[in-house]
Amino acid sequence: MSITVQNVTKRFGAFVALDDVSVTCPAGELVALLGPSGSGKTTLLRVIAGLEVPDGGTVLFADDDITRHSARDRNVGFVFQHYALFRHMTVFENVAFGLRVRKWPEQRVRDRVKELLHLVRLEEKADLYPANLSGGQKQRIALVRALAPEPKLLLLDEPFGALDAKVRAELRDWLRRFHDELNVTSIFVTHDQEEAFEVADRVVVLNKGRIEQQGAPIEVFEHPANEFVMDFLGNVNKLPVRVEGGRALLGETGDVEVPAKVFAASANGRTDAYIRPHELDIARTAEGGNCMLAKVVHINPAGSVVKVRLLAEDFGLMINVDIAPDRYRALALKPGESVFVTPKAAKIFEPEYAI
Amino acid sequence: MKDESQNTEHPATGGDGGGAARAPDGVPPSSFPLHPSSFQAKRSQDPLWVRVLLTALALGFLTILVVVPVIAVFAEALADGFGAYWRYLTEDPDTRHSVLVTLTVAPLAVACNIVFGIAAAWAIARFRFRGRTLLVTLIDVPFAVSPVVAGLMFVLLFGLQGFFGPWLKTNGFQVLFTVPGLILATTFVTLPFVARELIPVMEAIGPDEELAALSLGANGRQIFWRVTLPNIKWGLLYGVILCNARAMGEFGAVYVVSGRIAGETCTMPLQVEVLFQDFNSPAAFALASVLTMLAVVTLLLKVWVEQKGRGARGEGREEGEEERRGARGKGQEETTKTKPEP
Repeated sequence: MSITVQNVTKRFGAFVALDDVSVTCPAGELVALLGPSGSGKTTLLRVIAGLEVPDGGTVLFADDDITRHSARDRNVGFVFQHYALFRHMTVFENVAFGLRVRKWPEQRVRDRVKELLHLVRLEEKADLYPANLSGGQKQRIALVRALAPEPKLLLLDEPFGALDAKVRAELRDWLRRFHDELNVTSIFVTHDQEEAFEVADRVVVLNKGRIEQQGAPIEVFEHPANEFVMDFLGNVNKLPVRVEGGRALLGETGDVEVPAKVFAASANGRTDAYIRPHELDIARTAEGGNCMLAKVVHINPAGSVVKVRLLAEDFGLMINVDIAPDRYRALALKPGESVFVTPKAAKIFEPEYAI
Repeated sequence: MKDESQNTEHPATGGDGGGAARAPDGVPPSSFPLHPSSFQAKRSQDPLWVRVLLTALALGFLTILVVVPVIAVFAEALADGFGAYWRYLTEDPDTRHSVLVTLTVAPLAVACNIVFGIAAAWAIARFRFRGRTLLVTLIDVPFAVSPVVAGLMFVLLFGLQGFFGPWLKTNGFQVLFTVPGLILATTFVTLPFVARELIPVMEAIGPDEELAALSLGANGRQIFWRVTLPNIKWGLLYGVILCNARAMGEFGAVYVVSGRIAGETCTMPLQVEVLFQDFNSPAAFALASVLTMLAVVTLLLKVWVEQKGRGARGEGREEGEEERRGARGKGQEETTKTKPEP
């Protein structure tokens, strides 16, 4: 079932949580609502679930306008950030709740709950109370409880927010596989861009109640629509440039060119260039000439790339560069050494409105 | 439902931020800054004489104000032996009737309180509305107003010269000097108990479980009976016990509205006073001892509920808070029950 949100607005007093938001979630896809806290992503999820009533706009499930329908009638599975398991019920009864209120016959309830507990490999926990489960186990129970009544749509509010890093990574993979098996449209809220990009088919980036960009992860990552998206999606170097003769040059003086498409320059000829850490290269010699001299400040070799922080004294800039481990070993970098940094790619955004 | 969901991600109440501060199982972190364990470390550092002095002081007060009077009541009541004690309690029809009146008034007042308490606590804990603070304050009014004043207020309202009096009279109702009047006065005086007990419990639990039940397809009735009530049951029972103790021991307000018609509107505390004024102090003490025993039973029930409620689930209720409330409630019931004078 596809979900369409059209021009939804939601205010809490003077605070605008959602400002004319429109989102489309194609049927069967796993969609991430990504944004910093206070961006309205949770509110949007709750509007879709029917837990908040929007001040304006419509929510469509397939072609049905369900904006005014109660959460009760929407047949949506909702997984709360802190699980909201019924603390006085056993795991079994928690999962069975949605079936019992729908008056399923007892035998079907038992079969369905067993099947679901088996699916998440927690059959032996059936008689325990939520207080006796670990965070990851609670999360899985919350998920199957939401799935028990066979919802057409699964909504997850910061599903892995309260878990430690290792469990989070495991559950992330598991959610993706789970989604593929069930083939139910799913929307989840996260503030972790890595999580969104790793799991989702489609990413919706929100900020201050507005949608900044939505699309496939690769599309959003490679072609960020604006500075906010660029900045929010992972590390980026924001370097001041001046525009001269259709070229973007770093710093007040000098002629290190930033290889970015330059729009009609803003009035004073200054703007910012965004360069991702992997779009910079480090060399011992000034090959090609288009490079800046920088001193290595810090090296973090833990991970699949080596993160090097450098200080370009001529420009007064701190620059983060990611290089491949092979390259790092070949260069044999040490803190305090001076090297040359070359920008390979960069992005300059059109100013939103001229001042 | 509309209002209920509104406070859940209100920017002022936290939304993402407030939620993130909570423990994974949904129990909010302790807001009570002085956890009992923090006292433990401090206490052992205090000099011996301080500990001895404070303990002796507390025990001394308890002995003089609680233990001695309670023993005295039983000693007086049983002064003429068990046979006489039983006769004092059963022979006088007015005394027997007073027990019946108390056993009618207290449960009905408690029932009114349960309905009001749950409704008020639900409204205050789940909704943000205009006048919410006013409601919270109003709930405490019966604690602040002297019961005698409360009784006089009802006389003013329902008396013949009162506000509703004439209308009630023409329609054949009488409130003053009847059992319904007693129930009204008792309900007023005990109004805060259940609501006060439930508001922090419901606020600590939060609305998420109810919303989860809603999204799972439960209707309002199912949510209340299957999710809300089981979550608040220990708090509710605790409130009911305190409320019942107060309702049975209530003297001031009931004194004014009852008219003290022996055999009709005299509750046990009123009958104790009537007997005492008649210089029938053995009978007065016999009846007082029954009230005291009810208090002891209440106390035991309270301790049991506290342990039960804390033990199995730990519903996010603070130990210190419970102890404080317990002490306050108990003090009241002891004073109202053991002293026969008004």
